[in-house]
Amino acid sequence: MKRLFAFPLAILLISSLFIAACSLSNRTVDAKPQADAEAQENATPQEITLATTTSTQDSGLLDYLLPVFEEKTGIKVKVVAVGTGQAIKLGEDGNADVLLVHSRAAEDEFVEKGYGINAHDVMYNQFLIVGPAADPAGIRQTSSATEAFKQIADKQAAFISRGDDSGTDKKEKSIWKEAGITPEGSWYISAGQGMGETLRMADEKQAYTLTDEATFLSSKLNLEVLVQGDKTLFNPYGIIQVKSSRKQEEGLKLIQFFTGEEGQKLIGEFGKETYGKGLFVPDARAR
Amino acid sequence: MTADVTEVILLSLKVTTASVLIGVLIGVPLGALLGLSSFPGKQLLVAVIFTLMGLPPVLVGVIVYLLLSRYGPLGSLDLLFTPEAMIIAQVVLVTPILAGLSLTAVHAKERSYWETAKSLGATPFQLMLTILREARGGIWAGVATAYGRAISEVGAVMLVGGNIEHHTRVMTTAIILETRTGNFSAGLQLGLVLMAISFLFNSFLMLGMLKQMKTGRRYSS
Repeated sequence: MKRLFAFPLAILLISSLFIAACSLSNRTVDAKPQADAEAQENATPQEITLATTTSTQDSGLLDYLLPVFEEKTGIKVKVVAVGTGQAIKLGEDGNADVLLVHSRAAEDEFVEKGYGINAHDVMYNQFLIVGPAADPAGIRQTSSATEAFKQIADKQAAFISRGDDSGTDKKEKSIWKEAGITPEGSWYISAGQGMGETLRMADEKQAYTLTDEATFLSSKLNLEVLVQGDKTLFNPYGIIQVKSSRKQEEGLKLIQFFTGEEGQKLIGEFGKETYGKGLFVPDARAR
Repeated sequence: MTADVTEVILLSLKVTTASVLIGVLIGVPLGALLGLSSFPGKQLLVAVIFTLMGLPPVLVGVIVYLLLSRYGPLGSLDLLFTPEAMIIAQVVLVTPILAGLSLTAVHAKERSYWETAKSLGATPFQLMLTILREARGGIWAGVATAYGRAISEVGAVMLVGGNIEHHTRVMTTAIILETRTGNFSAGLQLGLVLMAISFLFNSFLMLGMLKQMKTGRRYSS
């Protein structure tokens, strides 16, 4: 008889755990800006949070730029490197002070909704369509990204998609849309993983994929660049200040650094030593 | 979304069940054999098995990945990023657990039944069957442990399966993806399903074990 009660009891226990977890995760979202605000009032803030995409972190750009900023201003920058979607969510929830992201449509929406101010273009880098040297779909001769994608779909050549709602993933989806194709079937593989893993999978499966230049250059694989230089493959980064942030002054300083003369020069130089060419092209402009 | 979730859950169950079944076929006889026989170097072998019980899944993942990679020795089989590759990695993980726990279970029962069965003229095969039957409580515990380990494992299946939608995405890798895209509530929901399945599975095993212990006690008294 005792055992009969064990079942509902355990289920009750698990569900209460679940509910506790849920309310906890909600509370952290609400509580954080408040905590930040308190810290702000108690002491002179010397720390701001920059929410950015994994590409700027993984390429090493921030490690190269931020120490210069920190030395100059004495403001410490905490970097939260996540997907563009999550970075923008962090801004909406007030859990970040400045965003450095690459998804123009989502950025414009963020500003329009009143979450962001002082939006600037900062720089851009390139996306590349890479694939096996044999090039089974024959996209090497194509001149545009949409044409290349059409050919891949026609030939049903294997294509690996990030499938993780990241900036790169959104870019890929927009190219398919532009080409008027809904990619589906066994040739279209949605990996749901990061850029490095996706490239490795493309190498293993002798498949095509869309990658950012920085990650591709830093991975050693038997894949070749097949399409590049097309205007649609440019990947512009924007920097936006979060309106609800209590650290307006410090946030503005960071934006001024990224878009100012010194920051822009450093951005242009980054990567030249290792790869023989800069990974990002500076193009600061107020929007 | 719900159809996708069902698909993910079913694949998790399929991969886990297949690997535990294969693991049982290899691990249980191996553990029983080791428990019954004695030979020089046995203690070393047992120590190795117990060490393997705690194999880091990611290490298994890397090794299986390198073996199955198109640049690896088994690349021609074209198994990387398939459910089969995930099963291979899981079998490597659960077999030592099943062997080790079977060995322990058999050891606990061995002495009393060994003598009786032997005196009745049992062949070595019959001997093993008898011991396995007597030690099944402990062996079931091993199966439950192995099942729990395999279904909640993420490092190895992510590496060799690749988390491919409609192909190799299982519950644990789906949870990672949901979390990465900021979809925490979907991740939590999947986690809850995972726990519920583990709970059900363990409850059935536990009930079976308790029942056996009772009947066992009745016979012996």
